[in-house]
Amino acid sequence: MKLKELESWLQQVDAFEEPKILLEQYPTSPHISACMLYTIQNTFNDIEGKLVADLGCGCGVLSIGAAMLAAGLCVGFDIDNDALDIFRRNAEEFEISNVDLVQCDLASLEAEAYAKKFDTVIMNPPFGTKHNQGLDMKFLWAAITMAKTAVYSLHKTTTREHIQKKANDWGVKMEVIAELRYDLPASYKFHKKKSVDIQVDFLRFSKA
Amino acid sequence: MKLLTHNMLTSHVKGVTKGYPLLIKQATEVKVNEVDFNPQFVTRMIPKLEWSALVHAAEELGQRQDLPDELVPEYENNEEFLKKVHRVLLEVEVIEGCLRCPESGREFPISRGIPNMLLNEDEV
Repeated sequence: MKLKELESWLQQVDAFEEPKILLEQYPTSPHISACMLYTIQNTFNDIEGKLVADLGCGCGVLSIGAAMLAAGLCVGFDIDNDALDIFRRNAEEFEISNVDLVQCDLASLEAEAYAKKFDTVIMNPPFGTKHNQGLDMKFLWAAITMAKTAVYSLHKTTTREHIQKKANDWGVKMEVIAELRYDLPASYKFHKKKSVDIQVDFLRFSKA
Repeated sequence: MKLLTHNMLTSHVKGVTKGYPLLIKQATEVKVNEVDFNPQFVTRMIPKLEWSALVHAAEELGQRQDLPDELVPEYENNEEFLKKVHRVLLEVEVIEGCLRCPESGREFPISRGIPNMLLNEDEV
C-alpha cells in the first residue's frame, strides 16, 4: 500500500467525540500516523506478520493502520472505555479483523507479565502535562519491557536528552528517526490559540 | 477478546502470586470471524504460547474441536495443524463474558469484545 493511500484511509478513522483533558486525549493525525507506520514497515519491516501492541491506543488510528499494513495481530491497550468504543466501531466499519482491544491502566501495568511477548510496540503516549508528570516514561518502560524487537514512540523534543539518559540506564538503543511538528488544533475550551505546534521526536528503541 | 490475547492476560490483584491463566466464564456471546491465514505468523506465535492454557480456554468456549493436548512435532510444516491453531488463536472471539482470576476469584468483565482489566484502588 502506498503512503498516500494509507493516509487517505486513516483520514476516515473516527477520533474522540469528547476528548478527556486529564487523559491528554488528542488524535494522532492521519498524516503523522501514516508516515510513522510506513517507515516502521518499509524501513524496519516491523509490522507485517508481526504481533504488535499499541499502548494508549485511543480511537485506534495507529492500530488500524498497522492492521492495514498486514500486522499478524495488533492489540490496542487503553484506560478509557469511550475511546475503546470508538476504536471498536472503527474496526467494524473498516472490517478490520486483525486487531484486539484491552482496557487497562498502563501506568500501573505489571509489564513483566508481558515481557517480550510482542514483536513491536507502537505508540503515541500521553506527554505527562496534566498532573501526570512522568507518565510518558512509565509508558515507555512498559513498552520496552513488552517488546521483543523494537518500540516506536512519539515524545516531546524537549525531553530528548532525558529520554536518552533513561535509555542508556535501561540498556536500550535510541534512534531519532524524525523530528515532527505535531499540530494540535484547539480541542479544549481553555485553548486560546487556534492551533499550536509542538516539536515531537519520532523515536525508535531497540535492545542494544 | 481473541484467545491469542487471552493467552497473555494476567490478574494483578494485590497479593496474588499467580493470576494466570484467567478462567473464561459466562461466555454468553462468542463469535468466529474470518481472519487471513498467515502460516509464518502462527508458527512464530506457537512457542510464545502457554499451550495448555490455550487448549483449556478453547474448550471452555466449546471451540476446541480436535486441538491436541500437546503440540505436534514439526508443526511448522503441518498446514492443517497450523490452520487449526490459527482458528483458535485469531478467529474465535469472546464478545460477552468474564475472566476469573484463578487465585482471588476476582472477575474481569468482557463486554463488546473488550476485557476490562482495570483494578480498584484497594486492589492495586
